Amino acid sequence: MDPVRSSVKHTPSELKVATKRTKKALTKDHLMAIGFLTPSLILIAVFVYGFIGWTGYVSLSNWNSLVPDFSFAGLQNYIYLFKDFRFQADLRNTLFFTILFILTVIVIGIVLAILLDQKIRQESLFRNIFFFPMALSFVVTGVVWQWLLNPSTGVNLFLSKIGLDSKWYTDTTIIPGVSWGKIEFGIPVAIIAIVIAAVWQMTGFSVAMYLAGLRGIPEEVREAARIDGASEFQVYWKVILPLLRPITISVVIIMAHISLKIFDLIYAMTGSGANYVTDVPGVYMYETTFRGNYYANGAAIAIIMLLSVAIFIVPYLISSRKGES
Amino acid sequence: MVIRTITRPLLYLLLIAFSLFYLMPVYVMLVTSLKPLDQITLAQMWQLPTSIDFSSYSVAFTKLAPNLMNSLYLVIPATIISALLGALNGYVLSKWQFKGSNTLFTAILFGMFIPYQSILIPLIQFLREIGLYNSIAGLVFVHVVYGLPITTLMFRNFYASIPVSMIESAKIDGAGFMRIFIHIMMPLSITGFVVVGIWQFTNIWNEFLFAVTITTSDQQPVMVALQNLSGSQIVQWNVQMAGALLAALPTLLVYILLGKFFVKGLLAGSVKG
Repeated sequence: MDPVRSSVKHTPSELKVATKRTKKALTKDHLMAIGFLTPSLILIAVFVYGFIGWTGYVSLSNWNSLVPDFSFAGLQNYIYLFKDFRFQADLRNTLFFTILFILTVIVIGIVLAILLDQKIRQESLFRNIFFFPMALSFVVTGVVWQWLLNPSTGVNLFLSKIGLDSKWYTDTTIIPGVSWGKIEFGIPVAIIAIVIAAVWQMTGFSVAMYLAGLRGIPEEVREAARIDGASEFQVYWKVILPLLRPITISVVIIMAHISLKIFDLIYAMTGSGANYVTDVPGVYMYETTFRGNYYANGAAIAIIMLLSVAIFIVPYLISSRKGES
Repeated sequence: MVIRTITRPLLYLLLIAFSLFYLMPVYVMLVTSLKPLDQITLAQMWQLPTSIDFSSYSVAFTKLAPNLMNSLYLVIPATIISALLGALNGYVLSKWQFKGSNTLFTAILFGMFIPYQSILIPLIQFLREIGLYNSIAGLVFVHVVYGLPITTLMFRNFYASIPVSMIESAKIDGAGFMRIFIHIMMPLSITGFVVVGIWQFTNIWNEFLFAVTITTSDQQPVMVALQNLSGSQIVQWNVQMAGALLAALPTLLVYILLGKFFVKGLLAGSVKG
């Protein structure tokens, strides 16, 4: 555009032409933008949604041998699973693993974040010590903790001296062990060993989240509470913790989806365990599908895992989208 | 503010106690893997080595070397491709929003939370069909596809912080979609690429489920080989520890050198940046 003319005030009709022109240019660029996004959208549509649909279809078929058989079986595979001793044990184990894991990650996360937020010396050293396991593989964690919590060695070499040695992941006790379906219902003691390993690996995440949250709370908020006569404990309990609620929600969701689909840690550390005390759907799915060739059963387990994760994730995604617009 | 001064020794005591818990596995790994053969009994697990011996490393390395190479061939192309695609998607979804783009973004994000078991059976059928089953190339493809949601999310959040006014003035200067991306967004994306690159590198290196189901024997990445090593009865546990340390070393090094960016990625992964 001519620089002299552009400094002149535009008449309304000229402005209209200008907007029209940019709008047209925008449309072309917008088409390009959509064009560049399309391959990814197709990949996601096929490999996420299409394949989930296909897995759902397999889960309703009779394909329980090496030879694919897509004849319709109805809900037979699901009914089989819910009557199955191993799958019932898996549901119990996942339930208690998830609860214990999330609770511990949150409590230790808050405690360590508050400790780190006290203007301490060597803060970055401590932070690195708490965070570095996040960079490791669950397989590495599993291999190491398998030795640390081995009943005849590891930490038991110390604990036995004070008479506290535990059977760790080899313990088949269920507390309280009420009979329910085919299984004993309650907390499988063996799962605690896996919770310890998983907590060791994952608390870094919640510490980082809570620390970022604490640093985001302005000093005036605490000052105001103190002026109102709140003790230091009350400041944290009544003022700071409620402000950290959105972070807690995020931590719960992220940890829940990790723990509901956990596979590699348990596979590397203990496997299914005696009486399936440390078995989870992820391990069952892998073994029944790829070792046993029960594809339809494996697909049904996968769909149940997906639904359990979706219960947490879908509302989370929808609400975080609403928060943006 | 700071918890009262009297309690400060207690504060450090707590931090040190937690630190010992977090460092304990590393101590055992290091100490065990450096011990000479005659000192490797489980009863002596916690004792320092009387002399330093690297023989368990050489045994573990001979066993894992081909798989370490496989992991490298997997992780480098997969990280680069998924980061580039993520950058492009993030650019479109933050700066060229269109009707329904937010809904599509949410639909993409869902892909990062699904248990991969729920796509594994068709995925393996598909890879067999196109001849990529049991190949590193197949694994690269899988990690690029299922890495799309997280890389798109990270870049979208990253680009959201670049002011719209910059894009607008570039548009007035006549720059189009591609020119703005290459000349304005890319130069500003260095941090974004470092964060996403580290994230993808770490995740793909550490991944196990795809690796164990899509590849067999000589195509397997290092985590599967490590799992086989620890599952075998004849391999001594000092070799397992040395193997675990070797397999963990690349991601550990990345964390030690670029930890700040790793934590950034960690926080970015929780949907809202």
